Amino acid sequence: MTVRTAASVTKGDALPPRTLHIERATLVRYAGASLDFNPIHWDGDFAREVGLPDVIAHGMFTMGAAAAVATDWAGDAGRVVRYTTKFVGPVVVPREGGADVELGGTVTAVDHATRRVTVELTATHEGAKVLGRALLVLQLD
Amino acid sequence: MPVNAEAAGRSYPPMAPYLVSAAKIAEFAAAVGATDPVHVDSAVARERGYRDVIAPPTFAVLIAQQCDTQFVADPAMGIDFSRVVHGQQTFEHHRPLTAGDAVTAVLHVDSVKAVAGNAMVTTRSELHVGDQLTTTSTSMLVVRGENS
Repeated sequence: MTVRTAASVTKGDALPPRTLHIERATLVRYAGASLDFNPIHWDGDFAREVGLPDVIAHGMFTMGAAAAVATDWAGDAGRVVRYTTKFVGPVVVPREGGADVELGGTVTAVDHATRRVTVELTATHEGAKVLGRALLVLQLD
Repeated sequence: MPVNAEAAGRSYPPMAPYLVSAAKIAEFAAAVGATDPVHVDSAVARERGYRDVIAPPTFAVLIAQQCDTQFVADPAMGIDFSRVVHGQQTFEHHRPLTAGDAVTAVLHVDSVKAVAGNAMVTTRSELHVGDQLTTTSTSMLVVRGENS
């Protein structure tokens, strides 16, 4: 796999979008991997008791999954120098059927001197934003 | 405000080093759907110039959230954990976390602000391997007030 060159990138370039399908089991797996065992992410009764509609995905899960849109496009997951997002909307994950999040990204800045490229990532669930101003800076070749 | 406002400026001493393992990297990568072989194949990682398999860019949260727990669970802060919501997250990487790293983390409470009955707390975890700063993880946590 070769790493993308900054010279080949233009502001406005779109990254290949993907659909992220989330089941309850996806969240249990992320809870174990990340050690974030907050029950709002796997126990529907608990989630409703604290005023949520149902189980919601970890914001950090969506942030983590969205990063791959940029790093797969870049060609190396080790090229991320900065990654920031706001968590603006929940992804409710029902017990039956799960939930889908649409992921995508657009190049918003290219610095040819440092070969650093900024990508704005998007994550939407049922038309509503999940991540707000998600900016990921890649060190390209 | 549901948080002790005097927390701003406070730092917590380094936690015991967290040892980054290839197994935990592979587990985390699979959990977020990160399929780059650099997370699981040390030969691929070495070809790309890394010492061993590297962690996905948000792996550091695993260590940072353990740090945050020191603050959130500090009785002097008066925080009800069930009312904490993650508002914003930033990672700055100087190099990827790599299998075999022994990571020492220090937590700083950068600010505590009252907004509409809630508290907005910004914490910063600095992750070092030896003398080298590898990652800064900054989290904005919203602690919901009793009436929200």
